[in-house]
Amino acid sequence: MSTFFQQVVNGISLGSTYAVFAMGCTLIFGVLNIVNMAQGALFMGGAYLGLEAARLGLPAPLALVVALLGGGVLGVLSDLIVFRTLRARGGHRWMGLVASLALARVMVGLAQEIFGTQVQRYPPSAFLSIAWEIGGVRIQLLQVVIVVVSVVLMALLAITLQRSSTGRAIRTVAFSEDVARIVGVPVGRTIMATFFLAGALAGAAGMLLGNLFNVVSPFMGDQMLVKGLTVIILGGLGNVPGAVAGGFLLGLIEVFSVAYVSSSFRDAIGFGLIFLILLVKPTGLFSRVEDRRA
Amino acid sequence: MRHSIVALVLSAAVTVGALAMERPAQAETLVKIGIVQATSGGSAALYGTMQKNAAELAIDEVNASGTLGDIKLVGIHQDDGGDRGQSVNIFQRLINQEKVSVILGPTLTTAAFAADPIAQKAEVPVIASSNTAPGVTAMGDYIFRTSPPESMVFPGVLAYVKKKSAPKTAAQIYGIDDALMKAAYGVHKKALDAEGITIVATETFQKGDVDYSAQLTKIKAANPDIIVIGGLAEETANIVRQARQLGIAPSTRILGANASISTKLAELAGPAAEGFTVGSSWFIQYDNPRNKAFVEAYRKKYGSDPDTFAAQAYTSVYIFADAVKRAGGVSDPKKLRDALAATKDLDSNVGPFSFDANREPVIAPKVLIVKDGKFTLATD
Repeated sequence: MSTFFQQVVNGISLGSTYAVFAMGCTLIFGVLNIVNMAQGALFMGGAYLGLEAARLGLPAPLALVVALLGGGVLGVLSDLIVFRTLRARGGHRWMGLVASLALARVMVGLAQEIFGTQVQRYPPSAFLSIAWEIGGVRIQLLQVVIVVVSVVLMALLAITLQRSSTGRAIRTVAFSEDVARIVGVPVGRTIMATFFLAGALAGAAGMLLGNLFNVVSPFMGDQMLVKGLTVIILGGLGNVPGAVAGGFLLGLIEVFSVAYVSSSFRDAIGFGLIFLILLVKPTGLFSRVEDRRA
Repeated sequence: MRHSIVALVLSAAVTVGALAMERPAQAETLVKIGIVQATSGGSAALYGTMQKNAAELAIDEVNASGTLGDIKLVGIHQDDGGDRGQSVNIFQRLINQEKVSVILGPTLTTAAFAADPIAQKAEVPVIASSNTAPGVTAMGDYIFRTSPPESMVFPGVLAYVKKKSAPKTAAQIYGIDDALMKAAYGVHKKALDAEGITIVATETFQKGDVDYSAQLTKIKAANPDIIVIGGLAEETANIVRQARQLGIAPSTRILGANASISTKLAELAGPAAEGFTVGSSWFIQYDNPRNKAFVEAYRKKYGSDPDTFAAQAYTSVYIFADAVKRAGGVSDPKKLRDALAATKDLDSNVGPFSFDANREPVIAPKVLIVKDGKFTLATD
């Protein structure tokens, strides 16, 4: 039984990083209805910025702020370089997909040049290595911190979207760009703000995952991008609470397919289950797109 | 006018005389050694450059020592960039145009499988120092290697661990999508079976995985005496670290594959790496006069530390030189091959070196244990 609960703990801590990353994805992919393939590269960028900040001796909370802001700035840059330029020239939405894929590859290439291809780790911390054994279940302080940080970020995003003027503008643009223009919402700036938020969440997720599993590498975003896309489909496109729930769910599914079936079939089971869920609920688990977007 | 012509003739005569004087009194026999190592082209270059350096160092040493009499070794390095098409072209050029007597390399096993048959057909011996996959020397009786495969190293490590703690049960975890790691898994399993150790859990992971907690939780529940990892340095480091974080006690010894040996491992795993055990044919601190001389000379010439493959490339040159001496030159390729194959207990930088009947290296494996963040030789 303790093994079962241990796997639950494993799944929740893995899922929390998926949830934070997926929130950013659902903002871009779902709300703005465009596909930014550079989102995984922003995740990687945030992890490196946080790492560099931590190495400069910044305490972990400040390093997280660096990762958040840095990821946000990179997000804005991806809007300026790719999406805004394409929009101004009347490019089709699918062109953004390919152009952002190119941007992602450029960023990965740059990271390889600057940081090298070898895996790096965050400076070890005696404080975060604290762990408790409760009824045979091992819980690390690091896991608790990461889950708490994830939940705080989720709450902050929800408040921003629901209460702030930027949040209202984002929701209006999500409903319809034309309507937003008519009611006087600065569409260009609002889209840029969305890219900032999404980039910041990706950067934060990068640092969290980098800390949790001790890996920072130029290629860490590639797998994450696939997971992020999966989670937002699972949770319902554009649905922020759905992305959160989907993130935790995917983490748990992955861990339990290793635990009770076989580690060799982890992805096959994970993605197979998602396929089944979508067969039953084609709009995602938690809500229909149209209900939420307005 | 007349004077100047005389002066010209005189100076010309002096020059010719000086040139003639520079020629050695006794003719040297040049023996060409083809060195096929990648010095460009990604990660292969990492291993290739060091092997080229070590081979050239050994060639200089052999020439300076005068052990081969009037035979002078000449290294001809060609960069295949880790691309097996290039390796094939280079092998052809070295054999047909340069008429080399031996080829050291190539860097990658895939290149070996493409290019070695050309040398086999031309009866030019090949000595590889970084091909560790099974089946390399099975290509022909002219193919040798100084790089022992996992199957020649791991049983020695396991024997050491058995002597120390007599484990009854083991768990295995390995990379399922990597040919080298799958092969390592097979070798580990065979060795565990041979020692009568029961395998209580077998888990896998894939390239790019960062979270091993689910697999390790299962392993923890199976409560094995030892854990054997078939992974590269970075993966192994993470598995070791996460295992300890999950509360798998340090008394559960963790063993790794030969390919995981890297200073990176202890750096990434931190204190969790303490006690991690692995086997190798060579080790930089290996206490042997020939090894100390090698490491010192390498550092002096190149300003960095050699790795295992470099050590084995260095060994290759000495094995070849020894064979040339015993064969009395290189004019008879058959005789040279037989002399290579007969190499026995040669005093080398990796310890006493012999080839077995399949031209595989016979070297005593060294057991390495991480202590205070560094791989150290097990002395007991």
